[in-house]
This record gives sequence, C-alpha cells and structure tokens, in this order.
Amino acid sequence: MISFEIPKLFDFDVPLFPESASTFAPQVDALYFFTLALTAFFTLLIFVGVLFLFIKYRRKSEDEMGEPIHGSLVLEIAWSIIPFIIVMFLFAWGAHVFLVGMRTPEDAREYLATGKQWMWKFQHPEGHREINTLHVPVGEKIKLTMTSEDVIHSFFVPAFRVKQDVLPGRYTQVWFEATKPGSYHLFCTEYCGAEHSQMIGTVYVMEPDEYEDWLAGGIVGSSPVAAGADLFRQYACNTCHENEDNLRGPSLVGIAGQEVRLEGGGTTVRDENYLRESILRPSSKMVEGYLNLMPTYQGQITEEGVAHLIAYIKHLGQEDESSETVASAETATGH
Amino acid sequence: MSTTNQIQNPDGSPEPEFPKEHYLNASHGLKSWLLTTDHKRICILYLVSISFFFALGGIYAGLIRLELVTPAGDLFQPDTYNRVFTMHAILMIFFFLIPSIPATLGNFLIPLMIGAKDVAFPKLNLASWYMYVIGASLTLFALVTGGVDTGWTFYTPFSTTYSNTFVTTVAIGIFINGFSSIFTGVNFLVTIHRMRAPGMTWFRLPLFIWSHYATSLIMVLGTPVIAITLLLVGFERMFGFGFFDPALGGDPVLFQHLFWFYSHPAVYIMILPSMGVISEIIAAFTRKAIFGYKFVAFSSMGIAIIGFLVWGHHLFLSSQSVWAGLIFSFLTMLVAVPSAVKVFNWSATLYKGSIDYTTPMFYALGFLGLFTIGGLTGLMLGTLGLDIHMHDTYFVVAHFHYIMVGGAIMGYLGGVHFYWPKITGRLARGFWPHMSALLIFVGFNLTFFPQFILGYLGMPRRYHAYPDEFQVLHVLSTAGATVLALGYMLPGFYLLWSLKYGKVAGNNPWKAAGLEWTTTSPPSLHNFESMPVVDFEPYEFYPPQYDSAEAAEPVTGAEPAPSTT
Repeated sequence: MISFEIPKLFDFDVPLFPESASTFAPQVDALYFFTLALTAFFTLLIFVGVLFLFIKYRRKSEDEMGEPIHGSLVLEIAWSIIPFIIVMFLFAWGAHVFLVGMRTPEDAREYLATGKQWMWKFQHPEGHREINTLHVPVGEKIKLTMTSEDVIHSFFVPAFRVKQDVLPGRYTQVWFEATKPGSYHLFCTEYCGAEHSQMIGTVYVMEPDEYEDWLAGGIVGSSPVAAGADLFRQYACNTCHENEDNLRGPSLVGIAGQEVRLEGGGTTVRDENYLRESILRPSSKMVEGYLNLMPTYQGQITEEGVAHLIAYIKHLGQEDESSETVASAETATGH
Repeated sequence: MSTTNQIQNPDGSPEPEFPKEHYLNASHGLKSWLLTTDHKRICILYLVSISFFFALGGIYAGLIRLELVTPAGDLFQPDTYNRVFTMHAILMIFFFLIPSIPATLGNFLIPLMIGAKDVAFPKLNLASWYMYVIGASLTLFALVTGGVDTGWTFYTPFSTTYSNTFVTTVAIGIFINGFSSIFTGVNFLVTIHRMRAPGMTWFRLPLFIWSHYATSLIMVLGTPVIAITLLLVGFERMFGFGFFDPALGGDPVLFQHLFWFYSHPAVYIMILPSMGVISEIIAAFTRKAIFGYKFVAFSSMGIAIIGFLVWGHHLFLSSQSVWAGLIFSFLTMLVAVPSAVKVFNWSATLYKGSIDYTTPMFYALGFLGLFTIGGLTGLMLGTLGLDIHMHDTYFVVAHFHYIMVGGAIMGYLGGVHFYWPKITGRLARGFWPHMSALLIFVGFNLTFFPQFILGYLGMPRRYHAYPDEFQVLHVLSTAGATVLALGYMLPGFYLLWSLKYGKVAGNNPWKAAGLEWTTTSPPSLHNFESMPVVDFEPYEFYPPQYDSAEAAEPVTGAEPAPSTT
C-alpha cells in the first residue's frame, strides 16, 4: 500500500492508494490517474479562476455596476464541445476496460461461490471447500461462478479492482488473475442486513507449488463435476437425457454455451442461467420439438446441487478438450 | 403604505421602516397558519418542518461519524447502526432535501418573481404541506417504534423478505409524502405557464424560475414511479406477491430499475433548484446579467430530460446486460455537458462584475467549488471500467455528498440568507453569517474529501466495522463533521436573533434586480399593490420601474443593459 508518511509529528501513516495485485488492476488504475488528473485540472481551473475574478472585480464603490456583458456564442460552443469530446473519450476508455472486466476468459479455472447472510462459501474445481477464505494460485486466470442463497451480495476484492453483484436465483461471474502472492481483503459491498460488515474474508494468493501443497493438505470432497454426476444418476436424469437425442428429451452432451431453437420461436444460448432455469422450471423455455414432460425440480435440489449438475453438464462432451466452457460477457450477466 | 418603506441608502437617506401591513400580520392565531392558503405562509410552514428534519437527520449523521471513529463496531449493535444510517438518509432525502428549496423559497418566490398574487392552486399548495406532515409523521412513528434497516434504497429481496423492521410503514410514509412533491410540481408548472404578469415573457423569467420549471417536470413525472415501486414492496411484504423475490418468481433487479428511475432524477430535484438560487445570487452580487442566460436556462431543461435516462448507471454491476451498461454510461457522460455549461457561465459572470462580498455570495462560491468536485467525481463513477472498483465504496458516499450537501445545501443556505430580508423584513448579515459559510466550507471538505481516498482504498459503504488501516481517514472525516455541525448550527442562532433585533431591511436591501425586490419586505398579503407590468429584461439593474429617487441618480455604468440576444 502506498501511503503518505507524516514526518515525526504523528505516529501514523495516511494510506492513499491501495495495493495492486491483479492483471486487471493496472488498467483500472490508469483510468483512475487519468480521470484524477482531469478532475484536478478542472477543479483548479474553476477554483483559481473564480478566486482571481472574485478578488479582481471586488466592488469599489457603492454605486458601481457590472459591465453589461450578456454572453458569447463562441464561448458557449467551446465549453460545450470541449467537455463533450473529453467525456466521449472517457466513455470509450471506460467501456474498453469494463469489457475486459466483464468478458471472462475461456481458459479460466472455475470456482463456485455462494453468498449467504453472512458468509462466503467457495468450492475449488478439485472439490475443496472454504468459508470466508479463498486460496488461489498466482498467475492463473480464475473465474468465480456465483449465486446467493438469500439476498443480494457483492463480491469485492479491492486489490484486484474487481467487483460483481451476487444475486439469488441466477449466476453471475467475476474473473481475475492475481499477480502477487499475499493475502487480500474480500468485502461484501451490497448491503445485506445486520452483519453486512462482517461478511468479509481473505483471498490468499499462493505460488503454484504452495497452492498444490495446500490442495494436498486439505480434506477433499468430490469435485463439482463428480458430485454433479452423482446427482445426475440419483435423480435419474439419464432416463430422458442420453448421449443421443431421443423422443423424451434432448441430449446434454456438448450443449453448454451453444445456441438452441426454442419451441414457439426464437433462440437462446444455453448458458449457466438457462441450464439453471431448465432444471428448476423446465417449462419456461422448451427446446423446439419436445413436449413439456420434465417435472420441476424447484425446491428439491439445493442451490449447490444445481451448481454441481451444471458443472457436470458443462463437462459432458468436453473430456477431450483442455478448455473449460465459454462464457462471454453477455452470458455471464444475461437474464 | 409603500411610501414609508424606502430603499435603504448608505449616504444618509432615511432608514427604511418596517411595513405596517404584511402577510405575517394579515391574520392571527394558530388556525390562521394551519388553514392558510398564502404561498408565503406555506413557505414558513415548510421552513419550520424541514428545519426540524434537517436537525434530526444531522443528529443521525453525527451518530454515524461517532461510530466510525474506531474500526471496531463498539458504539452500536450492528442492527442499530443499520437503522441509524437508514434513518439518516430517509430523513435527509425525502423530508429535507427534496422539499428544501422548492417548498420554501420556491413557494415564496415563484409568485413574487413572476408578478402573481399566489400560486395557481393555493389549496392544493396547503394540501401538499399536509401530505408532507402525514408522511413525515408516519415515518417518525416507525422511527420511534423501531426504525428501518434496509438503507434508503430498499433493495429487494432484503426489504421484501428478510428485513424484520417497519419497512411497510416507512414505505407508506414516503408514498404519502410523494403527493406533496407532486402537488408542488403541478402547482409550479401551472403557475409558471398561466400566471405570469403582463410582459413577463419566457426569456424574461429569472433563472430561478427556469430551474424550478425543470424541477417540477421531474417531480410530476418521476414521483409516481417511486410511489408505485414502494407500494409493490408493501404488497410483496404484506401479501407475498412475487414481484421482486426470486424465491417467489420475481426479479430483484427489476426493483433496482424502478427505484433508480425516480431516485436518480431525484438528485436533480435536489440540485436544480440550488442552481436556480446560485444564478440569482451571482447576478445580484455582480450586478450583472448571468452570462449566457439562455444556455443556463436550457441546460436546466437538458439536465432534467437527460437525467431521466441515466438511472442504469447505478446498476453496472447488478447483472444488467453489458449493452445496457454501455448505453447508460454514454448517457451519463452527456449530462456532464449541460452541467459544465452552467459552471462556466456562472464563473464567466464574475468577469467585469461589481462583486459584493456578502454571505450569500460566499455560499455561492462554495457551491461552485463543491459542485465542480462533485460533478467531476460523478464523471469518474460514470466511467464504466472505473466504476467496477468504486461502486458501493466510500468514493460514492463522498461524491453524492459533494452534490447533495456541498451543492444542494450550500445553495439552500445561500438562498435562505439572500431572501431572509424579503421573507422576514429583517437583515442578518455581518461576521457570524460569513463565519457560517466559512465553517461549512472547511468542515464539509474535511468531512468528505478523506472519503474519496477511503473509497479508492476499498472501504465499502454501510459498514459498521472496518479494517484498522482505514482509521486515520475516518478520524479526519469525523473531525470535519464536528466543524460542519458547528457551521450548520450558527445560522439557527443568528437568523432567529435577527427576527427581533435585525435591522429593518427595506424593499431591496441588496439592490438586486427582479420583481420580488420591488414590493415590501415582508410583502403584503397579495404581494403587489397593483398588477406589475414587466418591461425589462432579467437581471437589468436599476431598471426604470424602480420609482425611488435612487434610480434616477446618475451612476457610472448604470445605463439599463441592452436586452439579451
């Protein structure tokens, strides 16, 4: 953390700037320094300008009048156009950085995250579970697929400059690539009730070999994919969803992230939110050519179970490929 | 009677006398106040009520700052702290800031400025105050019996399903209070359209009127949406309708859209009237027409209209689509242009002016500085990539306080000081009023500037406890809040003092231009002795209709200004 040291007089530092520990952070910081310079420039312009005029044109006598100046079209145009150009530049740069933040890379390691009043639950791709701590390897792209069990929360790691709301009833994603080993604050930034300020945690960024040691030391449950496979059998999903399409239901192999035609017209992308909806409320979006046979699983499978089933479905037909499924910015945040 | 009420003149002409008949002594007794339809008395009713809520909201602010002196949450239970910041915001926003300038100065001045006897619907005007009182009483009742812990934003499904506090009561309180806003807005729109004196064309209107016209549009078009939204929250809580809770098949983000559709424009309800006041003050104390009158007038309308299309910038990270984010960021950037135009025009008005160092002018200068910082940091938040990091941190808290306190309240207090002689007939000027402006400016910056830094460091909003490294900045902020509180208390003393001991003001103590300064202070029940006829341009200093001897005095540079183009 960069801080301003107060010499001798006081026994403390005033922190001014947060730690920067992800590949995304410098992009946000560049934008910050640019807008800060812009803000400082215009603030000084107004402060100095106004003070100068204020002193220079102080009323000299009780009867003095202001000069009858009523305006200048040239000036009006100038101080409309120049700010317009500046803000459009700002918009474009901001949008560029935003898209980097919102577009989850395809090759990111996928962790599951669940927010609930008032804790963060995480599950590693290998199956390790954590509460209010998250261990990740340095230099690797990490994506979190997140949902909430109750109210809206928000996942915020200041050192990574990433933040994303976490909602009940849908998935959102956030990604980062940590650049510095260390431990960093994790905050909930959407007000969520009594212990909102205790819904905090720590992200531990570790060297890859330390991370391997950490993984080896933990108690390993099943990975999300394996747990999903168990659920898939337990609920007998495979009676209708086989390796090939059949009359009762479409095959689920290799469908994740693909576009599909819907009964009644239109298409949709079969992203995490679509899969979730199709498990819990199958009749809401029917694949073209199929009857509404599937029962609803709303209230029967836990939030975590749904996430595991989706992990399994995404895994189907991808055994040979090293990359995880594609999740573009739109699919991560779609409805 | 006006023959005895002469303009005060420093070079020995007679001191002005207090008028014998005026709106304050036109009738007597509590009933004459509670059943009044006089726009000027309704201003006083509002002035007293909102001052009460400002003080109460201020006490809550003090409690917040006191808790945050230490990193541990040791002064309040978390539940209590959540109620404290929620009540601070609800009282300040709905029961102080939104009615502040329109319901007081707007009510008092709009008929005077356009040369009318009253507003178009005087009874509706009184009804608006009663709506305010009923809404405020319900909210106070909820406050006394246990409070609300949802934040003023009432985000679902926390507010609908999870909060066990008086959400429905407060929602109904705000719903009812919404009607006071709508009544005021309708009244102003019709008054400005229909009741202007002969000759008072649109481009002869003071800019105060233009900004209130824009504000009224937002009040009338926006307020019903927040009313409906809060009603839906009430229905979901009472009857389990699934509008917003996904567990009931609803959409929590829908609430955010509906809420901010009103609540973002509501920020402009707070700041636009302030901008109107600033235009009046700067014109009066530079003795000059506002530079670029039409651009300032139309920029108010521009802000009001574009302001309706930017609500989604509160939802960049809410899971709204990336495309929506891009569009809302673009539109947010556009609002910066009319806002910048205003600031540049006000600054340019100072050029070659005859600047009088008065308390209202100091407040106006404070407004210019603080609004500039508030606006530019708003631009930072509207920048998509940057908002990812800053959203819901103290950076946002600092930004909107620069607009709503640094901007709106500086304008409000500037306006109260400027029009105090007109409203009460007494002067309150000198050392202490200057001191209040200075204390507020210094205290404000010390309170909120550290919060920008805190925000970028990552300190989240609405946190009861926080990591140790943020403490220094929080202590600075609390120290500032102490100075700020002193600054806010000062006017309470000297303004009340002036009611009895202040010098008699006379019609036009500031020698300002405008119809409101041609009548007595305080004005008579019907404002003007005869229907004024307007044959002068806005901010024309020493125009011919000033019938006192002074207007005829040869004064350097006193030629009537040519009409605006």
